[in-house]
Amino acid sequence: MSPQDAHGGAERAALRPLVELKRVEKRFSNGTLAVRDFNLAVGHHSFVSLLGPSGCGKSTVLRMVAGLGEPSRGTIDWPTSTDDAGGRPQREIGFVFQEPTLMPWATALANVRLPLDLQGVAKGEAEARAAEALAMVGLKGFERAFPRELSGGMKMRVSIARALVTNPRILLMDEPFAALDEITRFKLNNDLLELWQTQRWTIVFVTHSVFESVYLSERIVVMAARPGRVVADIAVDAPYPRGSAFRTTPVYNDWCRVVSQSLGHAMDE
Amino acid sequence: MTETMAGAAPADDIDLPPVRSPTVLGIRRETWPKILMPSTMGFLGLVLWEVLVSVNAVPHYILPGPLLIARTLWTDWGTLSGSLWITLQITGMALTVAVVLGVALSILFSLSKWVELSFFPYAVILQVTPIVSIAPLIIIWVDNTYLSLLICAWIVAFFPILSNTTTGLNSADHNLRNLFELYGATRWQTLRRLRLPAAMPYFLAGLRISGGLALIGAVVAEFVAGSGGVESGLAYRILESGYRLQIPRMFAALIMISMSGIVIFLAMSLITHLALRRWHESAIKREN
Repeated sequence: MSPQDAHGGAERAALRPLVELKRVEKRFSNGTLAVRDFNLAVGHHSFVSLLGPSGCGKSTVLRMVAGLGEPSRGTIDWPTSTDDAGGRPQREIGFVFQEPTLMPWATALANVRLPLDLQGVAKGEAEARAAEALAMVGLKGFERAFPRELSGGMKMRVSIARALVTNPRILLMDEPFAALDEITRFKLNNDLLELWQTQRWTIVFVTHSVFESVYLSERIVVMAARPGRVVADIAVDAPYPRGSAFRTTPVYNDWCRVVSQSLGHAMDE
Repeated sequence: MTETMAGAAPADDIDLPPVRSPTVLGIRRETWPKILMPSTMGFLGLVLWEVLVSVNAVPHYILPGPLLIARTLWTDWGTLSGSLWITLQITGMALTVAVVLGVALSILFSLSKWVELSFFPYAVILQVTPIVSIAPLIIIWVDNTYLSLLICAWIVAFFPILSNTTTGLNSADHNLRNLFELYGATRWQTLRRLRLPAAMPYFLAGLRISGGLALIGAVVAEFVAGSGGVESGLAYRILESGYRLQIPRMFAALIMISMSGIVIFLAMSLITHLALRRWHESAIKREN
């Protein structure tokens, strides 16, 4: 049994959060209130999903956690992080976008190496670590391939490898598999869960799929739109490891029903 | 559990490169018609031209036949090649200066919105003012013929590179920019690793236009200088031959200018292909 199982993510997060958002508000320069009074504490090694309809500000929250855009009001704290020079734990964040967001002129290896290159890691070490990260996501042998030579799923794997290469404490994923076909998505879901259980990062995962959020997460934060806010915080009480068989269990179905209902309320509000 | 994922083999398959089609004499079979058809048409046209000229006994100071032009090209090669060399030098120098200044200025534009706002309108004015109308002034102001011709050719070649590269530098993917920001990239790192490579296809498209324009600029300036009696490149030879009714030589010089233009275009296309063939859509052939 893995260490993550059977714990309510919400309980553990309250003890010693890795990152804590307090009364965060985001108003864009055009006056739109994207997020209002948003409170969230993400515990170490937890897998938290932000689930909600489009326009509910879930991506905005994720980007603020990454440091891309400051909150208009409220704070984002990293209570356990030792600050680097800028006071932001920048280098400990891995970010995966909805699109693979690869540099088309660079090979898979060079794309994965990018964060290390930007940090000034020596070339030999950067190459070795990037190759290792590619192997971790199942792309050993594709180091020299250019993005256009890879399928959608493989490009997303490269993108994940790039997020992993710096050995981040927290992995922020913004609907990473939304554009993929279902079969590829299922496989990437499984691989991501296995990586999470062996590497013990914290993951914040934005999705609009009830099924994906239940399958992956320990904890689901359901959001409503206009303005974006939290309407429910559900701890998914189902053990890991969760394999493909989990999708056919009554427990999975029950949680899907609970989360769907909650999302339904969120849409009605 | 090891560090690698179980079932590490990817579920989805890599696109294999298309099978190479058979070649004849080192050129792909489907390329041959593209070479043979226009060549045949061109040859037939030349034959028709020669026949019409000799059957109707057209005097060669009105319209020389292709054979006479070819002969003139051979006999006058000494004079003409010297002029060709001057024209090519001016074209090449103008293009080089246009590339260096165009890229440098567009980098400056991309780094500072204020610089762009202040200077871009003047670059546009430089571009839209016909070179024929400012060439006489430049030739009067600048004593050195070579330098004055160079300036004229440069003015014409400069704008496409500046405008395209500026667009290219600003067209890097928004999420990639965020990613660079996330990893604390410096301005210089973002420029070198993201914005310059992203600008490459735009710059090369500008280079292809500017290559041809540099030649046109050089020829126009030579004409203007030539009408003032200043001796220079191929355009001067055309003027001179016109005055002396040496029409075959005029045609020969004209052919040399056209050929130079074609060679410059091909060279720029080759550079584009070599630079982009690994990654950019414009340089990739797909079978579907």
